[in-house]
Amino acid sequence: MNTSVITAGHDVAGHHEHHDDGSKTLLGFWIYLMSDCLIFSGLFATFAVMAHSYAGGPTGKEIFDLKYVLGETMLLLVSSFTFGMAMLNMHAGRRGKVLAWLAITFLFGAAFVGMEIHEFVHLIHEGAGPDRSAFLSAYFTLVGTHGLHVTCGLIWIVVMLDMVRRYGLDGLVRRRLSCLSLFWHFLDVIWICVFTFVYLHGVL
Amino acid sequence: MAVFLAGCNMEVLSPKGDVGMHEKNLILIALGLMSVVVIPVIVLTLWFAWRYRASNTKATYAPKWSHSTRIEAVMWGIPCVIIAILAVITWRSTHALDPYKPLVSDVKPVTIEAVAMDWKWLFIYPDYGVASVNQIAFPVDTPVNFRITSATVMNAFFIPQLGSQIYAMAGMQTKLHLIARESGDYDGLSSNYSGAGFSDMRFKAIATSQQGFQDWLAKAKASAATLDLPTYQALEQPSEKVPVSYYATVAPDLFEDILHKDMGGNPAGDKPTEGAPMKDMSMQGMPTHEGVAVAASHNDHAKAAE
Amino acid sequence: MFGKLSLSSIPFDQPIVMGTLLMVAIGGAALFGGITYFRKWGYLWNEWFTTVDHKKIGVMYVILALVMLLRGFADAIMMRGQQALAAGGAQGYLPPHHFDQIFSAHGTIMIFFMAMPFIVGLMNLVVPLQIGARDVAYPFLNSLSFWLTASGVVLIMLSLFVGEFSTTGWLAYPPLSELQFSPGVGVDYYIWALQLSGLGTTLSGINFIVTILRMRAPGMTLMKMPVFSWTALVTNVLIVAAFPVLTVTLALLGADRYLGMHFFTNDLGGNAMMYVNLIWIWGHPEVYILVLPCFGVFSEIISTFSGKPLFGYKSMVWATVAIGGLSFLVWLHHFFTMGSGANVNAFFGIATMVISIPTGVKVFNWLFTMYRGRVRFTVPVLWTIGFMVTFVIGGMTGVLLAVPGADFVLHNSLFLIAHFHNMIIGGVVFGCLAALNFWFPKATGFKLEERWGKWSFWCWLVGFYVAFVPLYLLGFMGATRRMQHYDNVAWQPYFVVALIGAVIIMAGIGFTVLQIAVSIRNRDSNRDLTGDPWGGRTLEWATSSPAPFYNFAVEPQITELDQFWADKEHKRAYPRHAHYADIHMPRNTGVGVVMGGFATLLGFGLIWHIWWLAILGLVGMVGSFVVRAYDRDVDYYVPGAEVEKIERERLVPLHKLIDQVGAAPAEQKVA
Repeated sequence: MNTSVITAGHDVAGHHEHHDDGSKTLLGFWIYLMSDCLIFSGLFATFAVMAHSYAGGPTGKEIFDLKYVLGETMLLLVSSFTFGMAMLNMHAGRRGKVLAWLAITFLFGAAFVGMEIHEFVHLIHEGAGPDRSAFLSAYFTLVGTHGLHVTCGLIWIVVMLDMVRRYGLDGLVRRRLSCLSLFWHFLDVIWICVFTFVYLHGVL
Repeated sequence: MAVFLAGCNMEVLSPKGDVGMHEKNLILIALGLMSVVVIPVIVLTLWFAWRYRASNTKATYAPKWSHSTRIEAVMWGIPCVIIAILAVITWRSTHALDPYKPLVSDVKPVTIEAVAMDWKWLFIYPDYGVASVNQIAFPVDTPVNFRITSATVMNAFFIPQLGSQIYAMAGMQTKLHLIARESGDYDGLSSNYSGAGFSDMRFKAIATSQQGFQDWLAKAKASAATLDLPTYQALEQPSEKVPVSYYATVAPDLFEDILHKDMGGNPAGDKPTEGAPMKDMSMQGMPTHEGVAVAASHNDHAKAAE
Repeated sequence: MFGKLSLSSIPFDQPIVMGTLLMVAIGGAALFGGITYFRKWGYLWNEWFTTVDHKKIGVMYVILALVMLLRGFADAIMMRGQQALAAGGAQGYLPPHHFDQIFSAHGTIMIFFMAMPFIVGLMNLVVPLQIGARDVAYPFLNSLSFWLTASGVVLIMLSLFVGEFSTTGWLAYPPLSELQFSPGVGVDYYIWALQLSGLGTTLSGINFIVTILRMRAPGMTLMKMPVFSWTALVTNVLIVAAFPVLTVTLALLGADRYLGMHFFTNDLGGNAMMYVNLIWIWGHPEVYILVLPCFGVFSEIISTFSGKPLFGYKSMVWATVAIGGLSFLVWLHHFFTMGSGANVNAFFGIATMVISIPTGVKVFNWLFTMYRGRVRFTVPVLWTIGFMVTFVIGGMTGVLLAVPGADFVLHNSLFLIAHFHNMIIGGVVFGCLAALNFWFPKATGFKLEERWGKWSFWCWLVGFYVAFVPLYLLGFMGATRRMQHYDNVAWQPYFVVALIGAVIIMAGIGFTVLQIAVSIRNRDSNRDLTGDPWGGRTLEWATSSPAPFYNFAVEPQITELDQFWADKEHKRAYPRHAHYADIHMPRNTGVGVVMGGFATLLGFGLIWHIWWLAILGLVGMVGSFVVRAYDRDVDYYVPGAEVEKIERERLVPLHKLIDQVGAAPAEQKVA
């Protein structure tokens, strides 16, 4: 048996393992987003199956107000842009501007959620609630799940606002902002699909 | 296998109709084909384990050997060949045995509409205007066309000795085509769990001569009970171990109405927005007041339940 | 205030349940008292409940699984007893409502709370060690996953005593599981126990994919990765791809039940067939999620104890990947009898058969690993050989069921039940118990007793055949699953034989418990001082038993597939280093267990419609998570000097031992 002492030449390598440069976190977050994407795929598939199960209740054409939804869409698209601005400023290390753009993003996101809640309340009052037909169940669930995600994003933005204020733009905060950015844009993409398949397709 | 076949209680392996016969042969062919690999593998496993046991120092020991292109080609190849053969058999048999495919025969088929309920089977003979609960009859050598739905949860319609089963689902119609080649009383059942009374959700399928079938129809016709809407609604209430009963007449399009859930007052159904089925019923002049008595319709069961 | 919950929710009128409750209460009180008396709460909290060490989390998963095995088996033997009695006019001792809960609970518990925790526990215990990593990618998330699974277990155990469990079978097909037909809380227990544990499983899946992709030791390319880690990788990909579908499916069922929606109801456009499709799109991959890691276990065992590398490693890897991919293309074979067209049925039938090709290849791989080997008949090897024989029989009946024409008469019958128990017991349970015997010394530092292990194996093997061959035959007789009673007295002898089989299996379980207990008592005589009790081939055997909390003092360098074997051959195993660097490690945290507690409250509140409790649970979960996000003191460095001390304590006596006995002491000793 070779009992000679080996000089550990790769000590440094042993160190990097938990000094995450963020790539591990981002990979994990991507995989999470993919699984979330599958949740939405399931809901979209369900909606596709239920799309004409009106059960004598209202159809998409009767209840969707495209202009209103276009307004929601614009809010979310703009919020994606403003988040992009926050990220650019993060890379440039401008903490004040990051805070400002994040706050603006929050307002747009909150306005989106507000409009969606208003739309839901209106529909329920009209007798077109989620218990009216399978079509409406699928509609409320799909759109509502997206809305819940946006709400989670809003909570996350509030937490990040506080963290940026408290800790500045250090490595951990940057990594989390990157994840949040991915999440926010992901929700935008999902919304585009919702807008196209649920609203546009439903009205046309 | 031969031993099993000899036993007359192996219902699936002692079929009394074409569909079941085909399925039995299919099972035996598939099992035989797979045994070609499975039995040698089991033997080899035991043999290798014994032959190369650590205490047997006479056996060759090749501690580095872990690859052989030839062996690997064979071990991918053999399963591929077997599965290829099975795939061809599967493709053909699946088309031949498609439950929706009417059976080829010179004899005019009998149509039976089957409705799964909590927890009994309702059978309607649309061509003869009679109905029964938990018992059907049909002539041998005559194709039987089943149209199947459920008034409640999912069930499955199955007469093991005649062959294929198929799900019964509310709001949907499934089809099944069977034929009996020997007369006899065969067990029928729901094979899909449907709640508390599931275990007793059984019926008898009587394959009989043409004359026997006519007698059976006459017996149903002679029943005092009629299956109108109130009777149906009473029948729809959950009940267990329901005895055999017959109905001399059946509300027209009852099966279609169950299928489309247009049963006024059906607790499981839509809100009666249209009221159409009710109107339909009364327009046909069906007496809607006499209903109630599922119990009354049971007077014939004593003779039938054997 | 308490929603639907009242004192009458506790089934005082059911002597079986109340007896169990009494036993659990006495046992729980004894456990609680014992821990308090011996002042072990601090130890449990600091060393176990708050741990982020993958090995300890793995051990907790396995303990959880073994406890749930006892619960699930109690259900099984009650079912067997009922069916052995309830023939002809007899009704047995379990009324339908109780019997229906038992078979639903048996399936749910065995799949979600026995097999899954066992598999996830094994991956936790072994994968980081096998790939030469110090921990998983996200240690805190790992702890959270475990506690979410545990909260699911708490809910499902509560359902036994508070309210009722689902009576709708382990997959809760609607419309039976809808409010209209199942108005009680049983289905709600089912939904929330599965949602919570499912969330934990999904997080585990993400965690392990990143761990395996990003944290392998330098030089370990994917094609130099041990087979168990490969199967773990594929399994975790399947988890991440399949579990979201389960989440959606159960969420939609929940929406029907809680919000009056109409996804799967009989009325207003609902479509129950969609549920059946969705649940099986998750359900079929789930089968492979369970069995693939077991294939990995058998591969490691057969190669280790044959003293040879695994035959056809590349074939094995590709077969694993192929099975993983194909598993998403076969879900419809669970309902050929739904009336799809012949083309659709034939397609899914043939796709199913195609899976048997890579599976068959694996069997040949194991076979030719034994060929020209030196097979040592240890307990893990017995399980492996038992598996190979049993599993090919189950494979044969499985392919038979994949032929739609045959399925038309065998579907939903006891033949089907026998088939999947053939796969789950023969594959998954045998695999888990083989793994338990194989890696137990790595987790605890001492081996399990051979004698009781062999008794356990023979009882399980014989018991399995005695219990399930009659079910195969009953399937041919037209006996269906889930019958509370049956009229045909000709079936009764077969059910009685099956009950005897279950009793033999019970003895097998008893011997496993005995084996563990005796081994703990005699641990000093079974110590594994080398860290390599079996003559191992892969990295987990290179470190001590139990492995130090940092796994490897120095990151291993990989050049070979069977790295540790090659190191031993070239006499470079167990290196001593002049200098050890500081090691960066994650700190323990109680947030995982606290979140698990809040999750339990959330689930319980939702099940009983106690809305304030549900809100409290949800806010508590989110709040704890945010608090955790603010915690910036989540890691620390182990000083190199301390590492050196720990390593010296192990290596100095070890090198003396090796100088006395030779390069591979364990292997020669066992042989």
